[in-house]
Amino acid sequence: MLNQKHAVLLESPAKTNDVPPPSPVQIQEPDTKTVGRVTVDKPIMTTRNVDVYYGDKQAIIDVSIDVAYNEVLSMIGPSGCGKSTFLRCLNRMNDTIESARVTGKIELEGHDIYDKKTDVVTLRARVGMVFQKPNPFPKSVYENVAYGPRIHGLARNQSELDEIVQTSLRRAGLWDEVKDRLGQPGTGLSGGQQQRLCIARCIAVNPDVILMDEPCSALDPIATARIEELIDELRQNYSIVIVTHSMQQAARVSQRTAYFHLGDLIEVGETATIFTNPQDKLTEDYLTGRFG
Amino acid sequence: MTMTTADKIQAGLKKRYAAERRFRSYGLVSVTIGLAALLFLFMSIIGKGYTAFQQTYLKLDVQFDEAIIDPQATRDPQTLARADYGKLIKKTMRERFPDVKNRRDKRKLYKLASPGAVFIIQDMVRKDPELIGTTQTIWVPADDDVDMFIKGYINRDDPESARRLKDKEIAWIDALAATGSLEKRFNKTFFTAGDSREPELAGIWGAVVGSFYTLLVTLVLSFPIGVATAVYLQEFAPRNRWTDLIEVNINNLAAVPSIVFGLLGLSVFLNFMALPRSAPLVGGLVLSLMTLPTVIIASRASLQSVPPSIREGALGMGASQMQMIAHHVLPLAMPGMLTGTIIGMARALGESAPLLMIGMVAFIVNIPEGPLDPSTVLPVQIYLWADTPERAFVERTSAATLVLLAFLVAMNGAAVWLRKRFEQRW
Repeated sequence: MLNQKHAVLLESPAKTNDVPPPSPVQIQEPDTKTVGRVTVDKPIMTTRNVDVYYGDKQAIIDVSIDVAYNEVLSMIGPSGCGKSTFLRCLNRMNDTIESARVTGKIELEGHDIYDKKTDVVTLRARVGMVFQKPNPFPKSVYENVAYGPRIHGLARNQSELDEIVQTSLRRAGLWDEVKDRLGQPGTGLSGGQQQRLCIARCIAVNPDVILMDEPCSALDPIATARIEELIDELRQNYSIVIVTHSMQQAARVSQRTAYFHLGDLIEVGETATIFTNPQDKLTEDYLTGRFG
Repeated sequence: MTMTTADKIQAGLKKRYAAERRFRSYGLVSVTIGLAALLFLFMSIIGKGYTAFQQTYLKLDVQFDEAIIDPQATRDPQTLARADYGKLIKKTMRERFPDVKNRRDKRKLYKLASPGAVFIIQDMVRKDPELIGTTQTIWVPADDDVDMFIKGYINRDDPESARRLKDKEIAWIDALAATGSLEKRFNKTFFTAGDSREPELAGIWGAVVGSFYTLLVTLVLSFPIGVATAVYLQEFAPRNRWTDLIEVNINNLAAVPSIVFGLLGLSVFLNFMALPRSAPLVGGLVLSLMTLPTVIIASRASLQSVPPSIREGALGMGASQMQMIAHHVLPLAMPGMLTGTIIGMARALGESAPLLMIGMVAFIVNIPEGPLDPSTVLPVQIYLWADTPERAFVERTSAATLVLLAFLVAMNGAAVWLRKRFEQRW
């Protein structure tokens, strides 16, 4: 059963595509060493001075960045630079790693997500995640998509649930391919279809933000192209943060790009600007293929 | 002349392949030795045991003499129950061999039929008192010595003093056999009776039922406790010194000699808690203690083998820890858990040492009717029979071993089937 509090939290203004009025207060740029503007005018998520430690090792050093409504923010950088770690802070997936410790402030629409009062279940329903390797549950296609609405009690009856499943699969561009085999195991689909199924599963609970951790790294170029198209469509309704190893992909799908290096957030900017005119030397070296 | 790299490789190549061939042949030899040992074991057990599935029966034309059974003709059940049915058999045998006059010879003659024949006749009269006054042809088990002679285990060429059957008895048996009054039939008693001092009346059913109740108690206790422990330790418990200590101790417990669990059962369940002696309940408790570490270790291993991507997928959807475990992890881990449990149960089924300590080694004739009745179990029954001097128990020991092996093979087969049937790929 879904209680009242959850119901309020799960309802999000982002779905209507209406952006809340810009805050009257002038946004304070946080004190960081990051090159470029880390804030946006209408943030859905804000992070300030985030540090992440795995035991004694610091994986993320003082990162501050905002995520805007209806944008795709891509995070790039060499392997081990902490971009996935940072992504996993945004829906507290790092909680599952016992040695991980997060400090700093991460807010979702003004609510501190690391606050004691924040329920991690609600948070993860609002900030969904798509993983690197497609990981559909070993259940039917239908059950995969229906799982989220079911555990959160989003559907009052079977027909509502059917509707959610169909809508989600349509939005993920998978409906036409699977509508005749909803009862078959999701693990039997092709890699690209599995990843779109995971996206459908994620949007079935109507999140505000979707986190994607290298969603195409296990897919062939054609499947990748389909996912990229999909990401662009999903931007109409959701904010998307995507970690990618492919700079071309970042250039194709994102509006803003953040470059990470060894746990530092080096540079943030409009994707077009960053790729054509990087300000920082490290960013330039990475983008021009001098390392990474 | 200098050697090129290719030459150097070529030079060592022969040796490398030879080593590989040697290694393979070691493995092949080991497998052959193992198979040969198994084959020898099976041949020996089957060779000794298969004859126990047949039993020699003796045909008797019994006259249900009213003067012996019910002289007053009351048909009172009490009178019928107390009547001397042995006299009927003796009379029949005397009529069959009228030449036997000597008292000692007569006694030997009577002993050709099993003492159990009396109960068969008694039972017939109890069920149908109308039989009194008639003459019926019935087949009763022959004495175990007769059975052994018919099956060829007693050699008539041995000197008389070295045989259990004397010349006269052999002559009677020959006479009976010649008229078709001795016949080998399927030994139903072996599968339906409890233990007995008379081999021809002894069966494994009491032990099978005892084993069933014991294993039932073991399963009911060790599966839920084992799975719950494994789930807690694997999924919820923090990693610290306490959980490490618990883990080490569980692994140690799996290696503790089983008789130690028997001693523990004796002092805790019998002496301290005063539970009934020789009961499957206590046997099950002791075997649960023994099986639990196996179940826990197997369950933890199968929980661990559930891919983290499934867990992350569920958590990323906003499933709670409990939902993740109940909806995704447990269904995937269940086949492994069941396999581990069945293998643990198979081990418990073959266990005798701890049960000796809690009195399940007693001689029990009755079939147990519940887990509180005194009973024995299959391996202990085998142990008991192996200890008896009668030749006829030798084949019954082997036959009971065969039955036990059949159960073990069936259980392991079930484990394999479960794994194949419910294994899910991801």
